Amino acid sequence: MNWAWLDRNTDQIVSWLIAHFWLALIPTVVGLLLALPIGALAHRYRWSYATLITLAGLLYTVPSLALFVVLPAILGTRILDPLNVIVALTLYTLALLVRVVADALDSVPPLVVQSASAMGYRPLKSLINVQLPLAIPVIGAGLRVAAVSNVSLVSVAALLGIPQLGQLFTVGFQLDFATPIIAGIVLCLLLAALFDVAIQLIVRFSTPWQRVVKSR
Amino acid sequence: MTGAFEWLTTGANWSGSGGVLARLFEHLWYTMLALAIALVIALPIGAAIGHTGKLTGLVSGLANALRAIPTLGLLILLALWGLNTLRGSISLLGPAIAVLVILAVPPILSNTYAGIAAVDPAARDAAKGMGMTNRQVLTRVELPVALPLIMSGIRSAFLQVVATATIAAVISLGGFGRYVIDGLAQQNYSMMVAGAFLVALLAIIGDRILALIAHFVVSPGLTGRSVKAKATTADMVVLKAQTNSGTG
Repeated sequence: MNWAWLDRNTDQIVSWLIAHFWLALIPTVVGLLLALPIGALAHRYRWSYATLITLAGLLYTVPSLALFVVLPAILGTRILDPLNVIVALTLYTLALLVRVVADALDSVPPLVVQSASAMGYRPLKSLINVQLPLAIPVIGAGLRVAAVSNVSLVSVAALLGIPQLGQLFTVGFQLDFATPIIAGIVLCLLLAALFDVAIQLIVRFSTPWQRVVKSR
Repeated sequence: MTGAFEWLTTGANWSGSGGVLARLFEHLWYTMLALAIALVIALPIGAAIGHTGKLTGLVSGLANALRAIPTLGLLILLALWGLNTLRGSISLLGPAIAVLVILAVPPILSNTYAGIAAVDPAARDAAKGMGMTNRQVLTRVELPVALPLIMSGIRSAFLQVVATATIAAVISLGGFGRYVIDGLAQQNYSMMVAGAFLVALLAIIGDRILALIAHFVVSPGLTGRSVKAKATTADMVVLKAQTNSGTG
């Protein structure tokens, strides 16, 4: 490791780190927000489940680099526009989470849903106030996978020249110099761990009843 | 978009050492080699963990950590190391395959042990009661019952490897990624889109073929639906297998 190089380029690396953070965070959040209603739809209407899951699976077969390249033609953006990365990763997150949300809602015990209905909850209210909260741990597990792989996928966009931590990889390759590459990998891992821990904490605080059950 | 269509329908782009057919062969070669190595690593370890129930926490944690490693960074780091220490074609091919193997191991490994761990204990006990040895229980009961999940693990590993083999072109290897990387360098947008399209097409066709293989290798006792089985329905799969064998 060449610490002097890292020291000289700290400002640049920090700005790449911040860009990387947003490029991974926005798709994760937007993808989740889109996956909730669509997943609920797949859960509510059986006929839509197979179609939606197949569509999502199909989306997953498109390589990230390919999607980064094709999206400008569809969206009318420039190839260097970070929006391409955000849209591409949002699609991946959505593809992963639609199935997770649908399966998580399916796994809520029917008795609970019936009790809610007997207590006067209308279907939509039961979905939002009863089923969704109970599905949080499973959705959270899926979200962790999505967030962690988003952090890794963002760096691929460096090949197109979009500024984020992946730039450290291309710089290191051009200079035949391992320091920036190792720094990039470590920062990516730390960022992934940050997302992972944050999601775990959110799941923990939004499902206080789980702790009650465990402590008994 | 229309440019990509023109590029794909131009005969000259299909032949020769940089043609679509040669690139297809390279792309498939990287993918198959990486998948084969990943299978050799992940299947025995997954089977051992699923069978004994030991080390599951450690291995699933490790599999998740592997997912977080940025593939591009690892590829370039290993390629630099390979170029400086190894000789011949292995100096670049080795790093590329290693990265793809690292990508393919977690889904196969976790699905194998989840599938075997989810085998109904009653089925396992019955097999032991019939006088099967530990090895026979594993190969004749646990692995066949876990096969739908194992196959779905192989399919998701395949998808990731095919998609990621694209970036092998970054370290001047072949495969469909060449069209994307070269297209980028030459500002040839049609070629880039054509390359992207070819990878997606290969992924979809390969996935269909694997689904077909899964359909034929999975015991008819486990119904066709079970191929898409999720971890949560694995128990149902076993139940179905038992009812089927009971009535048939």
